Amino acid sequence: MSSTPLLDASDVAKSFGAVRALTNAHLTVAEGEIVALMGANGAGKSTFVKIITGALKPDAGQVLIRGKQAFVGSPAEARRSGLVPVYQEPSLIPDLDVSDNLRLTDTPVDQFQNWVTELGIEGLKLSAMIGDLPLATLRILDLARALAVEPDVLLLDEMTAALPTDLVERVLKTVRRKANDGMGVIYVSHRFTEISELCDRATVLRDGMSVGDLDIEPGVEERVVELMLGQKIDIGTRQILQANEPRAKTPRLSIKSLAFEPSFSDVSFDLFPGEVLGVVALEGQGQDELFEVLAGFDRPSSGSMEVDGKPVNFAHPADAIAVGITFVPGDRSDALLAQRSVKENIALPFSARLNNWGPIKLRHERDRVAYAVEKLQIDTRAQGEVQRLSGGNQQKVTIGRWLATGVETLLLFDPTRGIDVRTKRQIYPLVRELADQGAAVLFYTSELEEIPLACDRAVVIFNGRVVDVIDAADADEQTLMRAAYGLTETEGAA
Amino acid sequence: MSMDTTDPTMVRFGRYLRDNPIIPLLVFLILMIAVLEVLRPGIVTPFRAGRDGLISTFWVGNLIKFAIPLAMLAACQVLTMLTAGIDLSVGVVATVSAFVCATLSAIWGVTPAVLIALSAGLVVGVVNGIGVGLVRVHPLIMTLGTGLIATGCLQVYQRLVINAGTEIPALLAWLGTGRTAGMPNGLFVFIPFALFILWLMRYTGFGRLLFALGSNEQAAKLSGVRAWQVYLGLYVLSSLIAALAGLLYLGMIRQTSLSLANPLLLPSVAAAVIGGTSIFGGRGSFAGAIVGALILRVLDTMLTLMQMPEGARTALFGLIILAVTALYVRITGTR
Repeated sequence: MSSTPLLDASDVAKSFGAVRALTNAHLTVAEGEIVALMGANGAGKSTFVKIITGALKPDAGQVLIRGKQAFVGSPAEARRSGLVPVYQEPSLIPDLDVSDNLRLTDTPVDQFQNWVTELGIEGLKLSAMIGDLPLATLRILDLARALAVEPDVLLLDEMTAALPTDLVERVLKTVRRKANDGMGVIYVSHRFTEISELCDRATVLRDGMSVGDLDIEPGVEERVVELMLGQKIDIGTRQILQANEPRAKTPRLSIKSLAFEPSFSDVSFDLFPGEVLGVVALEGQGQDELFEVLAGFDRPSSGSMEVDGKPVNFAHPADAIAVGITFVPGDRSDALLAQRSVKENIALPFSARLNNWGPIKLRHERDRVAYAVEKLQIDTRAQGEVQRLSGGNQQKVTIGRWLATGVETLLLFDPTRGIDVRTKRQIYPLVRELADQGAAVLFYTSELEEIPLACDRAVVIFNGRVVDVIDAADADEQTLMRAAYGLTETEGAA
Repeated sequence: MSMDTTDPTMVRFGRYLRDNPIIPLLVFLILMIAVLEVLRPGIVTPFRAGRDGLISTFWVGNLIKFAIPLAMLAACQVLTMLTAGIDLSVGVVATVSAFVCATLSAIWGVTPAVLIALSAGLVVGVVNGIGVGLVRVHPLIMTLGTGLIATGCLQVYQRLVINAGTEIPALLAWLGTGRTAGMPNGLFVFIPFALFILWLMRYTGFGRLLFALGSNEQAAKLSGVRAWQVYLGLYVLSSLIAALAGLLYLGMIRQTSLSLANPLLLPSVAAAVIGGTSIFGGRGSFAGAIVGALILRVLDTMLTLMQMPEGARTALFGLIILAVTALYVRITGTR
């Protein structure tokens, strides 16, 4: 055991404007050690990873490799000092072939090919275009490229997400073997099964702080979940304690074995009128794509969808809107006309259809926009351009658009992301009220504590499948968190 | 720390100008006319040259007359630029429309000639609209391509009608060269046209969608807008306007050629840009483009008066357009 760790990040802090992403994060990796970095959504994990790999400059704190401060804010420097990352998204250039990509990073070709074979990819041609290769192969090439330069510390960020099980096994075995030879590994993952199989230790982040350092042993999952939850600030209490009973026999929206490969493969649920159905999922479990399929942006690869008992097939969001399915996306910038007024943004759907291309019904428009503005209490002092509004008010505009047209089925994707607490507290009762008036709402949120506040039931999606349906009203956060991590009551995950 | 002016009155003034881009443009236009008057005393104000009248209606009428076709083609650019597009086929479409009208009038009479001339524009517009909206070719490439194809077709067509001779319909000649109370008759077409475009941009669903597509096509899609329909409508409209402008231009010039209105293409883009329309979409004003067209006409007169050689004139023309646009962007903070 050498006394200086391979990597030692301490007291790391980083703010983006007024948002403090990291306040006090630590991570050490000793020679031959595999350390899992864990944290719930928004805990500051990705910011920490970016700082460790040199992509971001910390406001405070330092990152030492073998005791030396080797780099600040430069991924290339980090790479030279021995830290090589492999990210969730392939970082190979699709328009170049394999050997050109290797040349870009000065990767020794022989070692690369050895690792590719070792990792279980047969017959790879160096002249193959990256863009023609399947995603799983690219993940392996990324890893082989990293291993070929003999890194001191390897950072794997959700690298197994797109891999089939047999390749995952290969990857884990290879990484373990390299660690036994002395390489340090930082393993960022949501998957408890892989972590308990592979890792020696886990560092848990919460609200931008390192809150625990645990040795991996049987039963450690419980401790990790507890640490990730911690004490939460109060964001409001549930207004309606009674879950709404489904009022109709026919579901408003019914999906069966819906799949959109490779993001999600088996999602079924019924959404009834008068109900808010929560979606519980960690980042990247297929929920983004699920909402886009339901909203008509993508066609499912298999499975069926029914609206009010009739099968539907959407080729365009206009088809979904025609049967009353409206979508509020997670990224407000996807939904807003930044330079246009509040009125034009809210009234946009009124002009969408061909037979509304003529003169605008000014009175109707004024009334409906005023209704939405009042209902949501949108601050209209800067109504000339929505880009001058606060984040919370911008989000209200995207929701207000569908209030103005009348809500039947509303798909809300993380509507409270990055907005102030006051606006959040306005959004939950609004969602409840819409449901009470007969609307059906599908509600995904990255903040688990919102599920009991707004929802009647919740489906849990893990790894692209619905793994559980839970009663939201009396689900505590522990249950939700365990479910989100794919941990069932009887140990052993999906 | 920075050199930015943080004076709130300056900021407020800048924002006011940005919301009303027409004001600095009008100031600039008047300034240019003043310079013209200094260069050649009496050209705008006859009394200084010892003649009657405060302002020369002849000069003003002439300025407006030649600005009309330019402003109409600039309308095509404003509308397409709202969606972050451009229509480079308008010059050719105007030429084709004028040529077809003049030749067919001699054979079949005026009414069918005008209708066929407009349908030629329609065909180009449909092709542009399908290319941009459905095949998703970049508008720059698409309209450049259709413009070249239309030029080729026009040359073939010319061979076919080479012996027919040409005739300028009397109505077009009256619109193009006649005057009522000193003002060009072209205004009888242009004023209703301009009002229609201003109304279209501001008070119709179609106009809203143009702004929406240029601001954020994803958001428009999310709201149920089928973008291809809008693009198809837009490029058809643009080509029809260009064909109409070609007819007016024919009446004004009273002769045809295979490149009659082609030189108006780049000035039409310049007029739109000077008038405050963003080539990146989502922001634009037809009123500004009209003033932009007037500015370009005054500039042209000025350079002619200074008796510069052709090359220097063209170069200076380009330079001044760049300077005006840069100045304008600086003043209003738009891009």
